[in-house]
Amino acid sequence: MTTDVTPPAFLDVRDLRVHFPTDDGVVKAVDGLSFTLERGKRLGIVGESGSGKSVTSLSIMGLHKARAAKISGEIWLGGQELVSAGSEQVRKLRGRTMAMIFQDPLSAMHPYYSVGQQIVEAYRLHHDVSKRDARTRAVQLLDRVGIPQAASRFDDYPHHFSGGMRQRAMIAMALSCNPELLIADEPTTALDVTVQAQILDLIRDLQAEFNSAVIIITHDLGVVAELADDILVMYGGRAIETGSAASVFETPQHPYTWGLLGSLPRWDRERSDRLMPIPGSPPSLINVPAGCAFHPRCAYDELTDGLATTVRPELRAVGTNGHRVACHLSDERRRQIFDDEIRPKL
Amino acid sequence: MRSRRVAAAAVIAVSTLALAACGGGSSGGSSSSGGGSDVGGVHNVSDVTGGTIRYANSGDWDSLDPADTYYSYSWNFARLYSRALVMFKSAPGKDGATLVPDLAESLGKPSDDAKTWTYTLRQGVKFEDGTPVTSKDVKYAVERSLDKTTFPNGPTYFNDFLDLQGYTSPYADSDPNKLGLKAIDTPDDRTIVFHLKQPFSGFDYFAQMPSTAPVPVAKDTGSKYKEHVVSTGPYMFDTNDLGKSFTMKRNPNWDQATDPNRKPLPDRIEVALNVNSDDIDNRLQSGDLDVAIEGTGVGPAAQGKVLADQTLKANTDSAISARLWYTSINSDVAPLDNIHCRKAVEYAADKTGYQRAYGGATGGEIATNLLPPVIPGAEKFDTYPTPGNAGDAAKAKDELAQCGQPNGFTTGISYRAERPKEKATAEALQQSLAKVGINLEVKPYPLGDYAKLYAGKPDFAKANSLGLNVFGWAADWPDGYGFLAQMVDSRAIRASGGNTNFGVKDPEVDAMLDKALVTTDTTAREKIWVDIDKKVMDDAYILPGIWSKGLLYRPPNLTNVFITDGYQMFDYLALGTTRK
Amino acid sequence: MAIYIVRRLVAAVILLLIVTAAVFAIFFLVPRLAGATPEDLASRYVGKTADAEQIHVIAVKLGFTDPIWVQYGRFLKGLVAGADYSTGPTTVHCPAPCFGYSFLTQNPVLPDLLDRLPVTLSLAAGAALIWVVAGVATGVVSALRPGSIFDRAAMGVALAGVSLPIFFTGLLSLAVFSYALGITAPGGSYTPIEDNPFLWAYDLLLPWITLAFLYAAGYARLTRAGMLDTMGEDFIRTARAKGLPERTVVVKHGLRSALTPILTIFGLDLGLLLGGAILTESTYSLPGIGKYSVDAVVNNDLPKVLGVVMVGSIFIILANLVVDLCYAIVDPRVRYS
Repeated sequence: MTTDVTPPAFLDVRDLRVHFPTDDGVVKAVDGLSFTLERGKRLGIVGESGSGKSVTSLSIMGLHKARAAKISGEIWLGGQELVSAGSEQVRKLRGRTMAMIFQDPLSAMHPYYSVGQQIVEAYRLHHDVSKRDARTRAVQLLDRVGIPQAASRFDDYPHHFSGGMRQRAMIAMALSCNPELLIADEPTTALDVTVQAQILDLIRDLQAEFNSAVIIITHDLGVVAELADDILVMYGGRAIETGSAASVFETPQHPYTWGLLGSLPRWDRERSDRLMPIPGSPPSLINVPAGCAFHPRCAYDELTDGLATTVRPELRAVGTNGHRVACHLSDERRRQIFDDEIRPKL
Repeated sequence: MRSRRVAAAAVIAVSTLALAACGGGSSGGSSSSGGGSDVGGVHNVSDVTGGTIRYANSGDWDSLDPADTYYSYSWNFARLYSRALVMFKSAPGKDGATLVPDLAESLGKPSDDAKTWTYTLRQGVKFEDGTPVTSKDVKYAVERSLDKTTFPNGPTYFNDFLDLQGYTSPYADSDPNKLGLKAIDTPDDRTIVFHLKQPFSGFDYFAQMPSTAPVPVAKDTGSKYKEHVVSTGPYMFDTNDLGKSFTMKRNPNWDQATDPNRKPLPDRIEVALNVNSDDIDNRLQSGDLDVAIEGTGVGPAAQGKVLADQTLKANTDSAISARLWYTSINSDVAPLDNIHCRKAVEYAADKTGYQRAYGGATGGEIATNLLPPVIPGAEKFDTYPTPGNAGDAAKAKDELAQCGQPNGFTTGISYRAERPKEKATAEALQQSLAKVGINLEVKPYPLGDYAKLYAGKPDFAKANSLGLNVFGWAADWPDGYGFLAQMVDSRAIRASGGNTNFGVKDPEVDAMLDKALVTTDTTAREKIWVDIDKKVMDDAYILPGIWSKGLLYRPPNLTNVFITDGYQMFDYLALGTTRK
Repeated sequence: MAIYIVRRLVAAVILLLIVTAAVFAIFFLVPRLAGATPEDLASRYVGKTADAEQIHVIAVKLGFTDPIWVQYGRFLKGLVAGADYSTGPTTVHCPAPCFGYSFLTQNPVLPDLLDRLPVTLSLAAGAALIWVVAGVATGVVSALRPGSIFDRAAMGVALAGVSLPIFFTGLLSLAVFSYALGITAPGGSYTPIEDNPFLWAYDLLLPWITLAFLYAAGYARLTRAGMLDTMGEDFIRTARAKGLPERTVVVKHGLRSALTPILTIFGLDLGLLLGGAILTESTYSLPGIGKYSVDAVVNNDLPKVLGVVMVGSIFIILANLVVDLCYAIVDPRVRYS
């Protein structure tokens, strides 16, 4: 299937495609995505809704709708390939080797079971311990994620918790088995701004403590700026830019990334000085535009001699620090546009 | 008013609802062809004793208390555990409608004026506990049956005919022996004398009612007596779960020597109450049940199945009952006050449609006069013959012309809304009468108040132009008096409603009824009933529809099965079973 | 919680008063407004040859000549203080709560009801167990494979179950299983559970299945819809993300939520079961409350009807109370105070 013979990274996604055949056509939610992530590293996957970032994370977890989806490519995790593995095999990795926290902690927790019970359930599933020991462990975890009086909150139900506390509890549940990979899908989107920062701090601290690999999935570059070592920008089911967080923030290459950066709030500038938001809307995943998927929304597509509308750009290196971009504009022109038009407004 | 009513027609059926419910649903009738079985005789003749006969009732019993029961199946069945002074003979066909002495040695001996009736009891008859039966026990039984507060269900013939002198109930009796009623004398333990306040030639019919079966005063618990009726018959109650079931076993103190009328075969009798009627039909055919006790025949669902299967069909008897489905022609409503217009209706009606409404030949036989053939002395005649009973438009138009309505007229036809067969009747008549220009407006009324507030209330019927009223009538026992009095006595019509005579008004008929009451000669009396029948038909007050029939299924294990004209169903006294 | 229960019970008593008053009104006020006299009413409870005088006596005895509120007051008094009734030779005391005496059979109603209650309860309990288990299981399997052959077949049968009347399925199954094949008890069979539990179950098997069929169908459809909804919930994804086996996900996380609305329906159905019991008991000739109520209504026997209405209302009220309390246990978000 692949000719790549280099030993896989800890998490190594190679040419992942997740397609959903529907009556209206094939939804190409993820269409040829590759990336790697090492232990102890934090990767931020950024994109609008419908860019394929959530499907990517669910595919890694094996939680995509298996009956409805056609999946191809490879997902290597700790030396084990998951796409071709049996569902039972992947299930056993879930919760233990890889864990996930979700956007809305209220709907993500079962309303009829106490918070403690739900943590205990996850822990005991992978550890042969008594209920009492599991409870002790759960209380420790709740305490660790910053739930005050953890022991007495153990029997509370999700609806007794505030949003931030629920997300802390979700994190406690996800970390209960010391997973090597933690995927956080929009972990702060549903939370107040002040709480957002606390949760991000918590994730960072815990990641350091447990030395897990972390994928943060978000539409918010601010979150990535806080947390990520590396950044992967997705658009129309594909990666369009990837590199270290520093490099991407300092010298963003793709016009789409410029747009994302431009929409970040800044306390020190007037709104009128800023870039206009990206016009148009994300592409339909059934009929992805030919050529560069972003070209209908791109202000510079006419500078590509028509390539943008005909040829799909592949990721290619910009410089030597691993920063890569999928864009038909030449590096020079991009630098020029960035320096002249974009940077002053960022 | 009251005395006149008593004189004319003591039996006032105030409630049609009660009539419909109590008339036995459709008391079975004698015998006629049907099902291909030999009906006149006895099936499976046998004198083998033992076994259990299983009965089922689709409803509840009104009461097992002899003073408080008014279903003909119940009277049929009561002979198993009680002995009245007189009873219908346990015999097939017409013989079953004859009266024979039971507790008494002979039928009643009337005084010349038919106002005093004397009976002498047989010797040696005992209650189930061994106590000898005396005439005082019979008197007490009749006394208590007078108490309609305690026993509201039973018939009221004794209340109406005995010279009560204000007596109401033994429970309010100052006599220490509770025998204070002056209308009944018991000169000795074997003699009982009834004093009537007016002559009544058919008193033996009263004496066959279960209320003359003796009741020991010491065991009488009033309305609770039905929980354990003290037996004088061949069977006594074993268990009794009111409203659900009861069982009977042989009564050791019943002595065959005292009883020429009974040959009890089974050792045991089981009766289930409140059983789904369709299920009863199924169980009869599957052998899980022996007798559908109400004797009304299989239901419409099972009827088709039975008739289609030769084996099953061979095990059926078609019983014609003492019930007439008819349509009254109301002379209060113009132009039906004119006899020719009434005759036009008689001629125009298609009776085959009437029969179809009741399920065809299985449901009944086309009636051309009032008295059902099972009534002793009844004659079949046809005052208004039409080809194939399908109506004669020419004769009808001729009558219309004589009536001064050559183009016909419009009037209403009422029926009981809850009864699909009566609806079908009304519609069939509507069709056939329309052919001669008589237009009927169909008007349904609720069953419960049909006689009380609507068709049976003269001013309502007149105001609403109810010229035709679909109805039905059955006799308490096969006798002209019980059948005709309520239908044709004009003096029984009350302005307040609740009538069962919807419009027969002929002083001659009233006079004939009075004459019959004092005619003690049976043959002469029966002749009067036929004369009344003919007169009413001549007057064209009633359009007879059909004499009701029931298709009775007879499981092969039953022995001595026959239909008696007395109750127009199987004779329960005679039945035996081969099933042990 | 205790206060909540007390409040519900007080409301229940008021409801009973209203319901019985309504029954009284239907029986007495409506016919009176329509022009019927007390004697017209009384004529339902006498033999067919009774004359006006005799009917009047019965009307007085049954109390029809009194104003309706006096009659209703007498009924209430009997409930709290008991009542005396004449059997003819003696007077019998009917101890509180006295539901009155049947107009027609002159039996006290309460013992009749208590006598028949076990039959109906047996029928209801067995049928409810069957329909819940069968219905929910079918619904779950259908929901996990929507559009599969099983799903379509099950939903087809379910549709038939909802549409076919009990007296049809009942008589058909009696004809086939009891009479043709002889493997189930014939109609009218009932053995009290304390006499012989096996015979009890054997006798009731067919009525149970017939009655359950009607409801199981609805429950299968409800469960299917509920499960389809629930299995799309976020917390199901969470449960899977934990690595729980699919079976645990479906039963512990999915079904538990999907069952909550079914519990509500179950409470209502259990209360209204008397309706189904009427048909089932009539079809199978079981001597239960349902059959009793049919006979009561057919015979216009008011005290019996009142008794049945009381029992039925109490049934509904209790069933709903129990369900509401269960709800609080099942769904921790619900708390009564």
